[in-house]
Amino acid sequence: MPSSVASDQVTLTVNGAPVVVPFAATVAVAMMIAGQACRTSVNGEPRGPLCGMGICFECRVTIDGKVHCRSCQVLCEQGMEVNTEK
Amino acid sequence: MSKANYDVVVVGAGIVGAACADELAHRGLQVAVVDRDIVGSGATAAGMGHIVVMDDSDAQFALTRYSQQLWQELRPSLPEDVEYDQCGTIWVAADEEEMIEVRRKQDYYGKRRVPTEVLDAHALQSLEPNLRQNLAGGILVPEDGVLYPPCAARFLLSRAQKHGVKVRLDVSVARIGEGRVEFTDGSKMLAEVIVNAAGASAPELTPGLEIQKRKGHLVITDRYPGFVRHQLVELGYLKSAHSLTADSVAFNVQPRRTGQILIGSSRQYGAEHKAVDNFMLVRMLQRAQEYMPGLAQMSTVRTWTGFRAATPDKLPLIGQSTGDKTVFLATGHEGLGITTSLGTARLLADQITGRKSEIPVEPYLPSRTVKEHVHA
Repeated sequence: MPSSVASDQVTLTVNGAPVVVPFAATVAVAMMIAGQACRTSVNGEPRGPLCGMGICFECRVTIDGKVHCRSCQVLCEQGMEVNTEK
Repeated sequence: MSKANYDVVVVGAGIVGAACADELAHRGLQVAVVDRDIVGSGATAAGMGHIVVMDDSDAQFALTRYSQQLWQELRPSLPEDVEYDQCGTIWVAADEEEMIEVRRKQDYYGKRRVPTEVLDAHALQSLEPNLRQNLAGGILVPEDGVLYPPCAARFLLSRAQKHGVKVRLDVSVARIGEGRVEFTDGSKMLAEVIVNAAGASAPELTPGLEIQKRKGHLVITDRYPGFVRHQLVELGYLKSAHSLTADSVAFNVQPRRTGQILIGSSRQYGAEHKAVDNFMLVRMLQRAQEYMPGLAQMSTVRTWTGFRAATPDKLPLIGQSTGDKTVFLATGHEGLGITTSLGTARLLADQITGRKSEIPVEPYLPSRTVKEHVHA
């Protein structure tokens, strides 16, 4: 049982806290499950996915240290570290 | 005294026109500003907003330093959205030959009491760690700064409006002269003085002006806070900007308060179309990456062009037109209009109100370029 659970779920961290998502979920999904904003606007407002298809750039996050990744276009991977952009 | 609607009508609501209207209104004149578009829609919105002291000539130094000090005086009144930031300029020297220019600049500025700090390679690297290795050094001018030009123009114009200045936007001027501003819709305004502050379009209203459009490109990146800390300009910029003919690019980047980075610059004569020229854009970005390799990894948000109003001697035209005594000029600022808008406004208002200026006005008088009229 534990091995089959592991194969269709992925664990990553969002702002340092572990989050479990289904296999092939996008990072945008992980951010919503975690209840975290993707980034903060220049006026300090929280931002998250709007178009969900890589056009609007509202859902940018930092993934494994790389800034400005569109979370709706990246699939979650085991051990990935995702952070809200300030 | 006459049937004029206004003492002064300013044509052009860029930062120069806005500053002139503001200054004239503070001196008690009845002023109107007209523009065919919105406030700051021309070179004002296209430019970087670098408040910089320059020393290509003594006259250029006098006007830029005077203006920079006026910006510093104005600073406490500027609203947040003007984003004034006294980040300083670092002129970057690539090699020992350019370090000779660094020391010349230090001497020139020092004699005129502009603070500077000469940087060796190590000091440059610690101030701007994302510059490439093996640069020779540079010179920091700490009193230079940056601002967001469209909001600066809007602030100056709204302050002018509080002093009674009338603003008419979205109206095209067909012709000016003999105390009249005639619009394409057939209406007109009468004025004692008309100020042509139409930037690169000024020759359309005052034919014969020696002003050429000099096209520039800019790119703005996504937010990378702290990557660039000062306005950085290569000293080779001087060779590039001085050229009167060839197209040129130079490394010139600016940190914005949002963490975004403005990347310039390019200079082209004879390019009349607003479209982005990909060849120039690539050249410009390659030059920037030679100095800052990390720029290559960044996302850019927008690319655009604008037209500087360039004069043959690199100095603006400020004062009475040689052809029509009712027309005064405030144009030809090329890449320095944001900096020199405030100084221009003072010098222009001094001439209109008959007051002695704080710096000599002669180098900027329009009559300097049309000698036959002066001596006629």
